[in-house]
Amino acid sequence: MSVLQRDPQDQVRVLDENGTVVGEVPDIDDETLVDMYRNMRLARHFDTRAVSLQRQGRMGTYPPLSGQEGAQIGSAIALDEDDWMVPSYREHGAALLRGLPLKQTLLYWMGHEKGNQMPEGVNLFPPAVPIASQIPHATGAGWSFKLRGEENKAVICYFGDGATSEGDFHEGLNFAGVFDTPNVFFCNNNQWAISVPRERQTASETIAQKATAYGIDGVQVDGMDPLAVYSVTKAALEKAKNPAEGEGRPTLIEAVQYRFGAHTTADDPTVYRDDDEVEKWKAKDPIPRLETFLRETGRLDDESVEAIEADIKQRVADAIEAAESEPRPEPSEMFDYAYAERTPEVQAQYEEFEALREKVGDEGFLRE
Amino acid sequence: MSAQNLTIVQAVRDGLYTEMNLDDEVLVMGEDVGKNGGVFRATEGLWDEFGDDRVIDTPLAESGIVGTAIGMAAMGLKPVPEMQFSGFMYPAYDQIISHMSRFRTRTRGRYTLPMVLRAPYGGGIRAPESHSESKEMFYAHEAGLKVVIPSTPYDTKGLLISAIRDPDPVIFLEPKLIYRAFRGEVPEEDYTVPIGEAAVRKEGTDVSVFTYGAMTRPTLEAVENLEEEGIDAEVVDLRTISPLDRDTVVESFKKTGRAVVVHEAPKTGGLGAEITSIIQEEALLYQEAPVKRVAGYDVPYPLYALEDYYLPSVARVEDGIREAVNF
Ligand SMILES: Cc1ncc(C[n+]2csc(CCOP(=O)(O)OP(=O)(O)O)c2C)c(N)n1
Repeated sequence: MSVLQRDPQDQVRVLDENGTVVGEVPDIDDETLVDMYRNMRLARHFDTRAVSLQRQGRMGTYPPLSGQEGAQIGSAIALDEDDWMVPSYREHGAALLRGLPLKQTLLYWMGHEKGNQMPEGVNLFPPAVPIASQIPHATGAGWSFKLRGEENKAVICYFGDGATSEGDFHEGLNFAGVFDTPNVFFCNNNQWAISVPRERQTASETIAQKATAYGIDGVQVDGMDPLAVYSVTKAALEKAKNPAEGEGRPTLIEAVQYRFGAHTTADDPTVYRDDDEVEKWKAKDPIPRLETFLRETGRLDDESVEAIEADIKQRVADAIEAAESEPRPEPSEMFDYAYAERTPEVQAQYEEFEALREKVGDEGFLRE
Repeated sequence: MSAQNLTIVQAVRDGLYTEMNLDDEVLVMGEDVGKNGGVFRATEGLWDEFGDDRVIDTPLAESGIVGTAIGMAAMGLKPVPEMQFSGFMYPAYDQIISHMSRFRTRTRGRYTLPMVLRAPYGGGIRAPESHSESKEMFYAHEAGLKVVIPSTPYDTKGLLISAIRDPDPVIFLEPKLIYRAFRGEVPEEDYTVPIGEAAVRKEGTDVSVFTYGAMTRPTLEAVENLEEEGIDAEVVDLRTISPLDRDTVVESFKKTGRAVVVHEAPKTGGLGAEITSIIQEEALLYQEAPVKRVAGYDVPYPLYALEDYYLPSVARVEDGIREAVNF
């Protein structure tokens, strides 16, 4: 029976908090399992460094992901080559797996437009800052595959628990249900939308059960259990592309997890949240949990962990160095992408801008 | 009157606090406005003071926030919903345009909406995407709304209290670049600054510079620099962009015969175009030079690595004023 065929209240789990197997271990090869671990470690280390860069004034506001690696990596690793990803603004780990270099994630949060420029062949939408606004896009992208008969493609869309309060969430899921589109809606329920707890977003008992209202499948998974996340995401993606007779394509996954740190570096969570709560959730940290499982099943040992550590540190250091060596963008770029071809007014403004820059120099603009 | 030395964001808080104390019908609602005190701290401490029914943390849903506030206001409450950033007002745009602005008209005055929709707006703080745009003209273009944009702590409190007491719905846009840039004297008591009246920040005879919000400061700085070149500019801070204080605009222009408009919103369809038209309509024969607009460009607001190039700078304002004067 598919992991999706269960009551939305009944949370899927594979590993308990100590890394002991309590559910059905998904069928994944050893290499992928270790890769899952490596990428979770990479995401955590990247996150820690990014917060520190922001604190040092080397980067702007940044939304941390620590605590959410299990959901991001466990789900993203389940995607097939041709699948697409539509993220919110916190999925740096998932985006990395889809093919966005860390350097670009850094550039984006350093205020460079280049960070948004997906390399050719990377099936990824840019981060969406207005909450929930990306959800209907994901439905539309999935719908386009269906309309064109491209049956080997599905779309995963990420958003938070707060996003489920917005109209766009309801409209996006409703369309997916009505047009039976190949979509996986992945809610990173990290318990808080900035300072507002999940209970203030919805009176529903679970977010997964909202799926019922749109006539689609809903499933709740332990979001800090990467193997459980992998299982449900894999099943949902397969169903999206290849539904059995009478089965619908779209699925809403609620991955229950916690954001360990601040909402963004501009936020102070101590104002609204108890340390006890944070400690309670830190005990569920997805990384040691997977590590224990991998060590106990002989897939990982001290030596390989050390090698992984050295590798991720190097990769993050290289990415930071590359991002920081990127020159300031050419100011004229501002005028290049609003239209395929500059309109006469934009062209006139561009010329006026360049003439003034000639006259007053860059100092005439910069306020630093 | 006893006075305190406050920043603009503190003046917002003080205005809310003062009016909530005087009038039980006033309530604050929005995302993170309660326990967290607002992401910019504009509602700090109000939840402790007034409790859950008057300082309400809502679900993350702008259309819901504005829509329910409309219902409350129609029933006589005075809600002051906060939009966390003006860039996130668009989910509520339908409610603002289809209902907030038209309730009085549609009911021939039977219902009016005594509500104030507050939002921080504008650029220059190295914020992420969608956090820096100036879209005030969306609201100024809509009849039935008043649009207020303060530039000093004193005005902020006085205008906010006026807005809350106003029987019509007001959009109150707070320039976040200057939320904490400086302090000014703010009386502890309640007082009002009238909506729809501009303030002449500096008198002058050579050219009139019209501006508002965060651009008031670079404008005043530019004007001061130009004094050394013998240019005596008048600076008019509009304070309310709808209704616009046409009289002050026209009067100032008739005195100087030259005008520069400074705003960070894109040039096309910006307030500069409106001011230029007013001058054409009412003071054509006084005109000595074309009206110069120093504005944001007609391109999406860039990520922050380039925002300094997008926003009018002191040098750009100076250049604009010189052009108007030397025509
Ligand atoms: C439409 C909109 N309203 C408000 C905001 C400001 N804001 C940014 S993130 C956030 C909380 C989002 O919470 P959630 O959806 O649970 O996602 P999380 O950040 O927890 O991953 C808010 C209110 C926004 N970005 N977009």
